[in-house]
Amino acid sequence: MTKMHIKLTVNGEPKEVLAEPRELLIHTLREQLNITGPHIGCETTHCGACTVEMNGKSVKACTVFAAQADGAEITTIEGLGTPDELHVLQRAFREHHGLQCGFCTPGMITRAHRLLQENSNPTEEEVRFGMSGNLCRCTGYQNIVKSILAAAAEMNAIKEAAE
Amino acid sequence: MNDMAAPTREERAAKLKGLGCSRKRVEDVRFTQGKGNYVDDVKLPGMLHGDFVRSPYAHARVKSINTEAAMAVPGVLAVLTAKDLEPLSLHWMPTLAGDKQMVLADGKVLFQGQEVAFVVAENRYAAADGIAAVEVEYEELPVLTDPFEALQSDVVLREDLEAGADGAHGPRKHHNHIFLWEEGDEAATNQAIDSAEVVAEEMVYYHRTHPCPLETCGTVASMDKVNGKLTVWGTFQAPHVVRTVASLLSGIEEHNIRVISPDIGGGFGNKVGVYPGYVCAIVASIVTGKPVKWIENRMDNLMATAFARDYWMKGRISATKDGKITGLHCHVTADHGAFDACADPTKFPAGFFHICTGSYDIPVAYVGVDGVYTNKAPGGVAYRCSFRVTEAAYFIERMIEVLAIELGMDAAELRRINFIRKDQFPYQSALGWEYDSGDYHTAWDKALKAVGYDDLRKEQAERVEAFKRGETRKLLGIGLTHFTEIVGAGPVKNCDILGMGMFDSCEIRIHPTGSAIARLGTISQGQGHATTFAQILASEIGIPADSITIEEGDTDTAPYGLGTYGSRSTPVAGAATAMAGRKIRAKAQMIAAYLLEVHDDDLEWDVDRFVVKGAPERFKTMAEIAYASYNQAIPGVEPGLEAVSYYDPPNMTYPFGAYICVMEIDVDTGQHEIRQFYALDDCGTRINPMVIEGQVHGGLTESLAIAMGQEIAYDEIGNVKTGTFMDFFLPTAWETPNYTTDYTETPSPHHPIGAKGVGESPNVGGVPAFSNAVHDAFRAFGLRQSHMPHDQWRIWKTAQQLGLHG
Repeated sequence: MTKMHIKLTVNGEPKEVLAEPRELLIHTLREQLNITGPHIGCETTHCGACTVEMNGKSVKACTVFAAQADGAEITTIEGLGTPDELHVLQRAFREHHGLQCGFCTPGMITRAHRLLQENSNPTEEEVRFGMSGNLCRCTGYQNIVKSILAAAAEMNAIKEAAE
Repeated sequence: MNDMAAPTREERAAKLKGLGCSRKRVEDVRFTQGKGNYVDDVKLPGMLHGDFVRSPYAHARVKSINTEAAMAVPGVLAVLTAKDLEPLSLHWMPTLAGDKQMVLADGKVLFQGQEVAFVVAENRYAAADGIAAVEVEYEELPVLTDPFEALQSDVVLREDLEAGADGAHGPRKHHNHIFLWEEGDEAATNQAIDSAEVVAEEMVYYHRTHPCPLETCGTVASMDKVNGKLTVWGTFQAPHVVRTVASLLSGIEEHNIRVISPDIGGGFGNKVGVYPGYVCAIVASIVTGKPVKWIENRMDNLMATAFARDYWMKGRISATKDGKITGLHCHVTADHGAFDACADPTKFPAGFFHICTGSYDIPVAYVGVDGVYTNKAPGGVAYRCSFRVTEAAYFIERMIEVLAIELGMDAAELRRINFIRKDQFPYQSALGWEYDSGDYHTAWDKALKAVGYDDLRKEQAERVEAFKRGETRKLLGIGLTHFTEIVGAGPVKNCDILGMGMFDSCEIRIHPTGSAIARLGTISQGQGHATTFAQILASEIGIPADSITIEEGDTDTAPYGLGTYGSRSTPVAGAATAMAGRKIRAKAQMIAAYLLEVHDDDLEWDVDRFVVKGAPERFKTMAEIAYASYNQAIPGVEPGLEAVSYYDPPNMTYPFGAYICVMEIDVDTGQHEIRQFYALDDCGTRINPMVIEGQVHGGLTESLAIAMGQEIAYDEIGNVKTGTFMDFFLPTAWETPNYTTDYTETPSPHHPIGAKGVGESPNVGGVPAFSNAVHDAFRAFGLRQSHMPHDQWRIWKTAQQLGLHG
């Protein structure tokens, strides 16, 4: 199958890949670019383990063709914080025990990151609704919700202090 | 010495982050950054991808398999069929339950999704193309999906089994029968029930479901032909057992096989067994000389690897007219699917189902379980429970409710008057278990008080009246459960898997500068072992948990153990950790005595040091002792500071709990709303309360799913109707309620630190609590029993059948 030449930006770095038209973005990220934070849990857009940001929106990379990401800006869990300076959400998930096996966590945090861009001061109900595209089998969500609400509060406090 | 005051004993203890500390998890640092290392993240040079051609039919003869077109697909390197595996005797493999199962279809297929051929290609896309090009000719055969029908049918499912010959667990009474397993005194039980004042009888069905971890099963097998070494990464809850099985099957000596369980994305029992994908990837790597990866997709996972439950439980329970239980009889028809691939200790074909007398003092009982073959996927794993304990807990907690109806009695009171009393422990159950400890009345009273039970009953009665007056369309259900689990398998004298005794192990090495590494025979799948086992050790040897690395899952480095499932890690490997720690401390005491020039007996242990009795200023810390063990010649003592313990538990542990669910049900839509869920767990000594609470939240959400909607359903010709997340229910954050957790603490008397295990309690206790709430809502209108899952349609139908739709 003829391969397509695709250019995209991943976590701020320009990348070029050759991919078949049918190649899924999640496989491009994981197998061609060795970005293994996003995971594959269902391949049918239900579980959200593969959630990344594409042009400022949460997408499930298992049902986006690499070709559709040509020219796109992609952010994955690897782009949110650094080992020396974790993102507030990354710290909050640890602080409030918002993860167990860790498989859903990159998608969870990446989705939560976008949710808080869209709504910086969500209610518990809004967090639960906004996160309902991401499945977790270990935590029962209670501490995930707690982590996100705590992160929102901290991010707002940081913003206020800066203003 | 500097000017600062020496830390107090409390400060030193706090620094250890030992038992009882809600220590933050060390695993989370990498998981939150996307730096976990799961099997699909393993990437080796030249690695190939393998995937299966699967059967579209539930029962069919395989007339022919033509691989020619597939081999012509660009990127396809090999297609394996049963014919290719037969010369290696690998076309069939033994199951953990004493049966055997096809690795690849040998003449026929017995369930939809069964593995027929294995395509090996350069990448996963080429493998998919190859699968599409394999031509298989089938001849359909009659399909049996009902175990009762299977036991009557002339259709022979397992033509490979000799007619009339015994199975692994005794005589088979029909060609689709697997075993009859019995416990207890049937004659005495029948006599007690037949002569009783009150008898309740019910068929309780616990439907077929699936553990469904978010990460599916998978493996990477790499045969290094130069060194003769096989390395296998995979989603293995029991890596050491996988190594032994791989050696026995392949003929490769065990020292030449290295099995690695990397990070595992949830297991819940799904990753205990050995699957055809593992075998085929290993064979393909041997054949091609290259590493071969096999990763299940979600549909494969739900259709083909290890289902759970599917128990039809016919019960009779008897009592005096004032509610004292006099006997319990249970007969189970167990649908095992096409092969008996249950993951139970070998001698227990129905697992520990005979814990089904629950929390109650029942003088006489009997249980008989008939295992049956059908055209469904094999399995029967413990989905977040100890072997068949969820089924047992659901059975007894339903029977108690039905008996309460029969007696016209409050179900909370009926439980209370039948609980095993605190002074009866250790308690010998009628079905042969010795319950190690418990204090059920205290837990029960605490739970009832916490939810305001009496007020809830008043509110419920008022609601029923209001409903009858037409003022509301919502009913209120109060779901009660008091469960007793049996976990921590188990004593080697009666627990083994494929002949391997179910001990577990820990090996500790203290480094010269006073930090340490401990390796265990278990493997975490999210339970947080790296955090909690370090806490056990910190309290035992006085080295801060933050200075202890916990390592599991690499059979080349970790001591042999039976793995993590059935809540056995804390009861067995946790005990081994404490015992190995005590060996370290015993040697440390000798070293300290030498350094302080006193007799061993003149020393006492104080948090993180040995102190001379009566002279608190004279001490040696564990860090000082560790250093001395490496740099001083101490007469009569070997250099270094290491220990290993293989722990054979003297008994199981018996965690228990009291759960109460308050649920609103809309009789017109069948929708439910969880108004309150209170969960009290007693898991003995609590190692990390934060982790315990997280485990309870997660297990309750799994039980919510099972009770309220999750199932593996088949149509009459054996098609799986719930093969994707469109149909297989997993609750999201939106459907999941907040839970209130609570505890009592009754330490296990035989466990070194008194811990009992907790990970599976919420699944065991949660399902009956949710289900009982549904039943209880309709109790006033005559409902005795309805089958799970209680999805909207079934609840609506129940209301319809009770004439509540007017």
